[in-house]
Amino acid sequence: MLILDKLEVQHGNYRLTADLTLKKNAVCAIIGPSGAGKSTLLSAISGFIKPTSGRISHDDHDITHLAPSKRPVSILFQDNNLFPHLTIEQNIGLALCAKLKLKGKDKQRISDMLNLVGLSGFENRKPAQLSGGQQSRAAIARILLQDRPLVLLDEPFGALGPALKDEMLDLCVDMFRKTQKTVIMVTHDPIDAKRISDCVIGIKDGKTSDVLPTGAFFKEPPMGLSRYLGS
Amino acid sequence: MRRYSFKHSSILGAAAAALILFMTIGTLGAVIYRADGLTGISAQDWHVIRFTLTQAFLSALCSILFAIPLARALARRAFFGRSLLISLLGAPFILPVIVAVLGIIGVFGNNGIIAKSLNIPTSIFGFHGIIVAHVFFNLPLATRLILQGWQAIPSESFRLAASLNADCRKVLERPMLRAVLPNAFLVIFLICLSSFAIALTLGGGPKSTTIELSIYQAFRFDFDLSKASLLGIIQVIICAMTVLVLLKITKPQEPTTGLDRPVEMWEKPHPVLDVLWIVSAFIFLAAPIAVIISDGIPQILNLHSSLWPAAIRSIWIALLSAFMSLFLSLCLATWIVSLKTKGKWIEFIGALPLATSQLVIGTGLFIIIFPFIAPYELALPITATVNAIATIPFCLRSLVPAIRDAEETFGKLSDQLGLSGYARYKILIAPRIKRPMGFCIGLSTALSMGDLGVIALFAQPGGGTLPMAVYSLMSAYKMEEAASGALLLILLSFVLFWIFDQWGRKNAHS
Repeated sequence: MLILDKLEVQHGNYRLTADLTLKKNAVCAIIGPSGAGKSTLLSAISGFIKPTSGRISHDDHDITHLAPSKRPVSILFQDNNLFPHLTIEQNIGLALCAKLKLKGKDKQRISDMLNLVGLSGFENRKPAQLSGGQQSRAAIARILLQDRPLVLLDEPFGALGPALKDEMLDLCVDMFRKTQKTVIMVTHDPIDAKRISDCVIGIKDGKTSDVLPTGAFFKEPPMGLSRYLGS
Repeated sequence: MRRYSFKHSSILGAAAAALILFMTIGTLGAVIYRADGLTGISAQDWHVIRFTLTQAFLSALCSILFAIPLARALARRAFFGRSLLISLLGAPFILPVIVAVLGIIGVFGNNGIIAKSLNIPTSIFGFHGIIVAHVFFNLPLATRLILQGWQAIPSESFRLAASLNADCRKVLERPMLRAVLPNAFLVIFLICLSSFAIALTLGGGPKSTTIELSIYQAFRFDFDLSKASLLGIIQVIICAMTVLVLLKITKPQEPTTGLDRPVEMWEKPHPVLDVLWIVSAFIFLAAPIAVIISDGIPQILNLHSSLWPAAIRSIWIALLSAFMSLFLSLCLATWIVSLKTKGKWIEFIGALPLATSQLVIGTGLFIIIFPFIAPYELALPITATVNAIATIPFCLRSLVPAIRDAEETFGKLSDQLGLSGYARYKILIAPRIKRPMGFCIGLSTALSMGDLGVIALFAQPGGGTLPMAVYSLMSAYKMEEAASGALLLILLSFVLFWIFDQWGRKNAHS
């Protein structure tokens, strides 16, 4: 269970307040107009921005002041999820050892994970030798290997075409549900939210709405978000 | 914003910054402390100050005046060898001063090509010789800076000007020059202010002496620390003021790529003039080097006995200096990037070596070391260290943007993966900055290889660097032996630069 308890974040002139509770294993979308604070919220949860007040706790542990790598959080960024100068094996291996000293056992785990996302035999390739979809699969494999309970998706797969994007979203959610992750996805596209999430948080003018079931959220958008969402 | 993974970098960065502060301001302090009160500025000192300012002003002015038409010609003409010529304009930066001086004497001196072929007596020593040498070094720099200005004009502007039938020089070139020239002028002015080797070799006695040269003379010949420190302070004040103005007027420039393609200009008047400018600039810049090559080749296999040991010493100093410079610059650059906007102050410290005098640093180190060990014993390590400090500003200029870019693109991912300390350097930074790193090592090696500055303070007979050995031969009027030494010096400088630069290019990842 992730709890944002009266969280306040200041980012330049911009202020965000969030107060919400997210159930374990939920797949939740954060949706709102650009500049509303979606990414700021994600940065606060992942530890890139320090909150000015309030608490973040996960499963009764206070994680408000932990470094990003010490949090129970892994992130899929919009792009640049792989280091172009490392092989796929090394990129994924970073989940196991930041110093990249990979033992035989680690390599086996990496290969198994690559199998799982449909990239068997890609260990020694560089990201540039992979298609956009394959690169996304490699990034997903690393998140699975990190095996942290919370997965944040920051406008994922924005660089992919619509069909491929849908395919990746489905793969993502399928994998993360199977491994019982709690997923939070930032998006500006209602279609993405409707496709994969079971609950939605609206965000506007630096404030978050309650966590609503996806159906209910789009039926009656809170905080006057209906204008942004359209009909 | 808070970053968690920079603790090590701030310790190393602070240590590097402290070392730079010690080497620049600390050494000046030592000189002042040892000076037993400053004597007043004598009439001769005033003359030296005036001379320094005048020659720097005229050198910068001439470089820019010639560079404007040359850059215009290069910007609008497409011809075979254009991009090669433009890259060659970058070469004087790493060309050892003593080589250029020998070449200039070979062309303009009283035994030079011009004197011989026209049969008129010429002299290159003195005020005009210093100006010629400064223009030789800085005309290419000015041309490149103005060419970057041309390249920064969007191609739409040229199309718009063409469709309106507007005068390109009025609506495009002049506004561009107004933006570019003050910066270019001040950079060259600053370079010429701290001119030592050119004044040492081409200056004609007490009448044409720069401040740096006077510091050297006060220290080396009279051991007059009071005079040396007074001049040192004056030098630092003048340079620091120039740097401050320079920092104030310099806008952060976006790196312009593609100097290798001409601008899209439709109306191209004066083709003859353009050709004339390009050809004469080429002759002016190439002739001295050609003289060195033709004079040096006959002797290159039979080098003067002093040259080989000096060359070996020079290579050691250059490599030591380059790696010191790279290490310090890396520590500093990582810290600057991690501090975000506050890093400006540290960048300022990194630019300090531009404002300080190498001769003052050398004198100060001498005073500090003297009680413990004979400084002449440490001539080579001291030279390497001072050279390393002197090249830090150039290294920072290429490393800071590269590291900033790596952090902006992959910093969050690295934080997320817990990459910190050395692992962060090895996995995130190093692979992303191979190319500027190779360039920095190459640049520092070549600059140190060709340096004729601090070593002149410390060197014992028979213990100097290759530029010192060439200078000694030249002073003894052994011009052909000097030319062969100069040829060896060019070869070593450029080969070392090329090796490291290629290493960076080859290992660069997109």
